[in-house]
Amino acid sequence: MSNSAQKDPLLHEAAELRWHLPRDFNDRLTEAIYAESARIAERTVTRQGASRRLAFQQRVDRLLTNPWTGFPVMGLLFAAVLWLTIAGANVPSALIADFLLGTIYPGLRALAFDGLPAWLAGLLVDGMYLATAWVISVMLPPMMIFFPTFTLLEDLGYLPRVAFNLDRLFQRVGAHGKQALTMAMGYGCNAAGVIAARVIDSPRERLIAIVTNNFALCNGRWPTQILIATIFLGALAPAALSGVVAAGAVFGVAVLGFGLSLLCSWALSRTLLRGEASTFSLELPPYRPPNLLRTLYTSLIDRTLFVLWRAVVFALPAGAVIWLVSNLHLADHSLAYWAVSGMDPLALAIGLNGVILLAYIIAIPANEIVIPSVLMLTVLLTGQAGGEHAAGVMFETGDEGVKTLLTGAGWTTLTGVCLMVFSLCHNPCSTTLYTIYKETRSLKWTLVSALMPTAIGVVLCGLIALLWRALS
Amino acid sequence: MSSACPPSACDACAAPRGPAQRLGLDVRKTDYVVALAGNPNTGKSTVFNRLTGLRQHTGNWPGKTIARAEGGFAYAGKRFKLVDLPGTYSLRSASPDETVAREFILFGRPDVTVVVVDANCLERNLNLVLQILQITDRAVLCLNLMDEARANGVTIDARGLARELGIPVVPCSARSGEGLPQLLAELHAVASGAFKPKPYRLKLAVPGLHEVLARVVERLRARFPGLANEEWIALRLLEGDAAVGEMVAAGTLGHITADHAALARAAAQSAPAQPTPPKEAQP
Repeated sequence: MSNSAQKDPLLHEAAELRWHLPRDFNDRLTEAIYAESARIAERTVTRQGASRRLAFQQRVDRLLTNPWTGFPVMGLLFAAVLWLTIAGANVPSALIADFLLGTIYPGLRALAFDGLPAWLAGLLVDGMYLATAWVISVMLPPMMIFFPTFTLLEDLGYLPRVAFNLDRLFQRVGAHGKQALTMAMGYGCNAAGVIAARVIDSPRERLIAIVTNNFALCNGRWPTQILIATIFLGALAPAALSGVVAAGAVFGVAVLGFGLSLLCSWALSRTLLRGEASTFSLELPPYRPPNLLRTLYTSLIDRTLFVLWRAVVFALPAGAVIWLVSNLHLADHSLAYWAVSGMDPLALAIGLNGVILLAYIIAIPANEIVIPSVLMLTVLLTGQAGGEHAAGVMFETGDEGVKTLLTGAGWTTLTGVCLMVFSLCHNPCSTTLYTIYKETRSLKWTLVSALMPTAIGVVLCGLIALLWRALS
Repeated sequence: MSSACPPSACDACAAPRGPAQRLGLDVRKTDYVVALAGNPNTGKSTVFNRLTGLRQHTGNWPGKTIARAEGGFAYAGKRFKLVDLPGTYSLRSASPDETVAREFILFGRPDVTVVVVDANCLERNLNLVLQILQITDRAVLCLNLMDEARANGVTIDARGLARELGIPVVPCSARSGEGLPQLLAELHAVASGAFKPKPYRLKLAVPGLHEVLARVVERLRARFPGLANEEWIALRLLEGDAAVGEMVAAGTLGHITADHAALARAAAQSAPAQPTPPKEAQP
C-alpha cells in the first residue's frame, strides 16, 4: 500500500496517524476478539467427555493422512472408482450403441435418403445424428457411474484429506497445497478447476494452479481414456483381467498427469514464477455420511445430464462440420483427405495419425467429441460406411465394433497408447481457455496454458513411438 | 440485555407462519436482502438450497463456494433475496474469494445477515460472528450442524448465547431441515424491524484509538458521502489493510462488484460441474 499511500492524501494521513497508536494495536484488537470468543464459548458450550465418534474419526484420519498409509489408500480408492466405472459401463454402453447405432441408424438412414436430397440426408444422419449417437453411447454409461461415486467421496469429506496428503508434494515443488483441491475440481471440469484457483491467495501460486490444471483429466477426456484403454489395452489381457488392466492403464495416465502437473509446477516456480510456497491452514472437516439418494439425484441431474447436454450441443455442429469436410471436394479429394494426409507424416512420427490430429482440431470447443470425431472421420474417409451393407459391419457390438473399425484403419496398440497420452497432454478446450483468459487477464498465460501441454504431448508421444518402434 | 426471550421468539414460538415458498432464481421485486455468511464448510450452501429450492453445488470441503450465488424465497407475504457468500474465517484478511464475502456484508447492505456457524467448534466460529457484529446490527445466528454436535456430545446453551451476543440464535440441522422454520421466523422478524437486535460490540480498548479513528472517519465521510460502516473502514486503514487502501485510492469504496447472478446462470449452463460464476473484476 506504500505506493498508493504516497499519492492519496487520506491514506497518507491514516499512515501518519498510525504513529499515534501503540505499535501493537493490531494484535491487541485481534487478541480482544479471541478472548471474547473464548469467554462466550466457555459460558455456553458443554462437552461430555471424549466422544467415541470423534475418537473413531481421528483413528480413520490417522490411517488416511499418514504418509505411509495415506498414499496407498488414495491410489487404491481412485483405481477402484475407475475399475467400477470401466467394468460397470461395458454392458450398458454396448446396449445403447446397439440401439442407437445398430437399430435406429440404418432405419433413419433409409428414411432420410428416401425422402430428402442426398446431401441433406447425409448431413443430418451421417453427420449430426451419428456424432450425437456416439457421444451418448460412449459417454453416458461411464459418467453415470463415475460422477455419483466421486460425489459420494466428496460428500464423505475425503477431498480435504487428499489435499492434506498432497500438500507435502506441492510444497516441495513450490506450489500451493490447495492446488490439490483445484485439481480435484479439474477432474470434473478444467474450467471449474481454473475458477476454483481463486481459493489461492498468492498470485504466483494461483497462476501455477491455473496453468497446470489441464493435467487433471476432465469429464470430456475420461470417456476417451476409458474406451481406448478398454479396446486396446484391456483386450491384451485374458478376459477375466481385462477390466483390471484397462483400469490400471487409465489410472497410470491419471498418475502421469499428476506427475506432469508437479513437474510443470516445479519448472514454473523455478523460472517464470519464481518464489517460495506459502503456508495455509486447511480444516479437515468431519466425515459426514452422504445422503445417498440426494447425491445420486444431483450428480445425475446436475453433472451427468448437463455434461451430456453440453457434449450433444457441441456434437451436433461438429457432426455437420465433419460431414462437410469429408464431402466437400477440392481437386478430386475431400477437404478432410487433404488435411489428414497433410498431417499424417508428423502424426505418424508421434504414434498418432492424421485423423486423430484433425479430430483434435475439430474438437477444440469440447473434448467430449474427440472420439466421435475420430470414428466419423475414419468411417467417412475409409469408406467403411456409406455402402448399403457397410453400416452393419461397424456396429456389430459396442466396443468390439469400434475396435474393428479402428484396427481396420491401421490403428495399433501404439496408436491407442499415444492417443491416451495425447488426450492427457494437449491444449485445454476453448471454454477453459476463455476462463483462463478471464481469470488471469493475460494473453501470455492463456497461450502458455495452451502451448505448454501440447508441446509436452508431442514430445512424450514422439518418445513413446520411438522407443516402441525400436523395441518391437 | 436483560430480556431472556426476545420478542421475535414469541412471534415464532406457536407456529412459524407457514412454510416458505421457494422461488429459485426468481429474485425480482424482493422486499428484503439476506446474506449468508460464515466460516468455510459450515453448511451455508445447504441452508441456501433448503430455502431457495436451488441446487447450488454442496460438498464437504472448505472453500467450495468462491463467488456469490443468489436465490429467492417468499415467507409471510414478503419476498426475500438470499445471497450465499464464500466462507471466510475473518473479515480482516482477504483472499479473492473472501473479498467477495467481505464486500457484500459491508456494502451490499443486506437487511439481515445470517451467520451460519458450526456448533461443533463454536469458539473458533465466534471470531467471525463478533467481527460481523462490529459492522451490522441486523444479524441472526444459525447454529448449524446440531445433529453432529449432539452425536459428539456437545451441548450449547442457545438462549445464553443469544443473551451474550444480543441477536437471535437458532439451533439448526440444515441437512435434515431441523430448525429452519424457526430461522425463517427470526429472519422475518429482524428484516421487518419487528425485533431490533442489540448486538454485543467489542470494545476497542486501545489508548488514543478513539480520537485517531474519529479523524479518519471524518475524512472518509467528506470523501465518500453516504458510506456505510465508515468506522470499521477507518480501522482497516489504520491497520494498513492493502485491499481497503486500494479501494480508497481508486475511489471504488462502497461499491460492490457487479451482480453475478446472471453470469452464474450462464456459467452453470456452459460448464455444469462449475458451481460458481466467473468474476468480472480483478481480485
